[in-house]
Amino acid sequence: MQALVIAAHGSHLNPDASDPTYAHADAVREAGAFDEVREAFWKEEPHFREVVRTLESEEVFVVPLFISEGYFTEQVIPRELRLEEWDPERWDSDGTDASQATLEATDVEKTVHYCGPVGTHDAMTDVIVSRAESVTDDPDVGEGVGLAVVGHGTERNENSAKAIEYHADRIRGRDRFEEVKALFMDEEPEVDDVTDYFESDDVVVVPLFVADGYHTQEDIPEDMGLTDDFREGWEIPAIVDGVRLWYAGAVGTEELMADVILERAADAGADVGDSIETGREAAESAGDDGTDPNAGAGAGD
Amino acid sequence: MSDPANRVEPLLESARDGGVRFDGFRLERTDGAYVLETSETDRIEFDEATADDALSTVAEYVSNWWYWQRVVEGDGTARRAFLRWCERAPPIEAEANGEIADADGIDGSREADERSLPVPDRYEALRDGVDREWGQLRITTRFVDVDEPDGERVYDLWHADDAGTDLAELDVYDDPREAREIATYDDDGRYRPLNTAPTLPSGWAFTGCSGEELVEAVEFFYPATVANWHRERLETLDVDHWLETAERQTGIYDVIDELPREAVDWMAEACCVDSQCLRRREWEYEADDELAIDGGDGQFPCREPCSLVIAAARKWTILESEDERTYELELTTSEFNQLAELIDAVAEGRTDEIREADVYDGANRYRARYLRAKRFDDGSLEARTRGEQ
Repeated sequence: MQALVIAAHGSHLNPDASDPTYAHADAVREAGAFDEVREAFWKEEPHFREVVRTLESEEVFVVPLFISEGYFTEQVIPRELRLEEWDPERWDSDGTDASQATLEATDVEKTVHYCGPVGTHDAMTDVIVSRAESVTDDPDVGEGVGLAVVGHGTERNENSAKAIEYHADRIRGRDRFEEVKALFMDEEPEVDDVTDYFESDDVVVVPLFVADGYHTQEDIPEDMGLTDDFREGWEIPAIVDGVRLWYAGAVGTEELMADVILERAADAGADVGDSIETGREAAESAGDDGTDPNAGAGAGD
Repeated sequence: MSDPANRVEPLLESARDGGVRFDGFRLERTDGAYVLETSETDRIEFDEATADDALSTVAEYVSNWWYWQRVVEGDGTARRAFLRWCERAPPIEAEANGEIADADGIDGSREADERSLPVPDRYEALRDGVDREWGQLRITTRFVDVDEPDGERVYDLWHADDAGTDLAELDVYDDPREAREIATYDDDGRYRPLNTAPTLPSGWAFTGCSGEELVEAVEFFYPATVANWHRERLETLDVDHWLETAERQTGIYDVIDELPREAVDWMAEACCVDSQCLRRREWEYEADDELAIDGGDGQFPCREPCSLVIAAARKWTILESEDERTYELELTTSEFNQLAELIDAVAEGRTDEIREADVYDGANRYRARYLRAKRFDDGSLEARTRGEQ
């Protein structure tokens, strides 16, 4: 038997923070590749600390629903899972290459495949592009259009920016969008000045965040000038400094995220059969019903 | 479930392959004959030709064997132990020993009134349904077919407060995942960050669940409680006490191991008593240093301080680092007592119950507003720090 654990932050204050985690877990459940699927959290239950003991499977794949390699993925999650032999070196990564490490948890007799975060997986690039397509309602969006991939960024951990730049570089390499930039909240180049960094008249802004919440639904829209007061909402597109900004909301709420989770587990040796393809088809047909890409709000506290 | 007639051959196969010793029922193959014994019938011998007749005299034991060994399966799992507890079956330790229950049953439970039932008594009880409570949940185990039980059980799950409510008045669900949504908000629509807080809303029911679905739903309501309860019964619960949990923390929670010893008592009294959380606290300050507060009577154990306690401990660690001062302020005796009433009302979550015009209650809104109007200056209590001007 094999089990999948989706490890996310969760929140003590905001009930919506875990919505994307539940949605992706349900999509993986329906794909049927795993005997057991669990959501696990730092701030909700089951806690990272106690999730593995709830499983009957001997083989457990843990996929962190985090954007970058950093404090949570390198320290908190492995420690709380009791992966005693863990060392970040086991990922042999320079910030965006983590695939997996096979370890034993000390409180259970199980093999734990500790995977890299979803945010740095190559498949995430497709999710960002898909997000740009859905917010513009244009499956061929790109020509004459700029794309801003927005991350939190932090001076404390260079990997935070690396994940954003990694996907921006990959999308740029596809020659699809007129211009592609990585922008940040807490470091240069800042998302506040988004229009300064583009020459195109249309710019799609995709925040690389796991859940919608304070940052993606309050901070960034106000900082970019989409609205003076987030409570009043904003237009899509909104015109700022003569540029049409198409603001997409957190990429983590995209249905295709379930595929990225499956890809991560498959890379670590999980037998996922054809569920990635099946999941993609399901996500595409679900996307046809005009699902609001801004639906859902909330982030970690 | 299969046709009962199709269970004979698999059962005989198990008897040939090492023998069956299960739940007061023994079947072995010796010297070309099958030997059958139960806790209420004498030993009989039969062969293949008379197997159907012989086994039909102990049909309940046969269907019970089938349900547990071929439907539930999962030897040694928490899921199986929990489902057995649900119908008051002897605990797994007894089952594994192949013990045959005497008329009083095998008592492996914490409470004397939780006496387990041998198969005939259990079958009688399962016709009406066996009720159990798990936190605020009520679980009923019953036969699918009450008139002619074939061994198959189903499980109903609802709020203990709804035990007397007609099913027609409840929202009925069948997908265990719906439990997540039910558990997210309390009756006032407020977010429940702690699943085991005694604030689970009522008015819903899951009916006719399989054992697997039941455990899944219970785990969505009270995550990891089944696994930790199971470990406790096997005496393998790994308790992490306050100090080791605090010392493990990093980042913004790195400071919490500095929380004073006596403050940990106050914290447990504030957060971990039965009125706030249904888990029974098993962790102490350290293994040989117990907290002053009782851990509670919960059905399932709490094996280490939860994330809410950790987050609150950070706040208290910072607050406890302040120096104490002596304040001088003017209050009447009643006003001084009113401060206590206000704190008590908030601590007991009673403010919503105080009636608008009940000015006799010190925590009444008008009373609080009056005190503020009289004694506040610039947004806080008017007071002097002794020794300062």
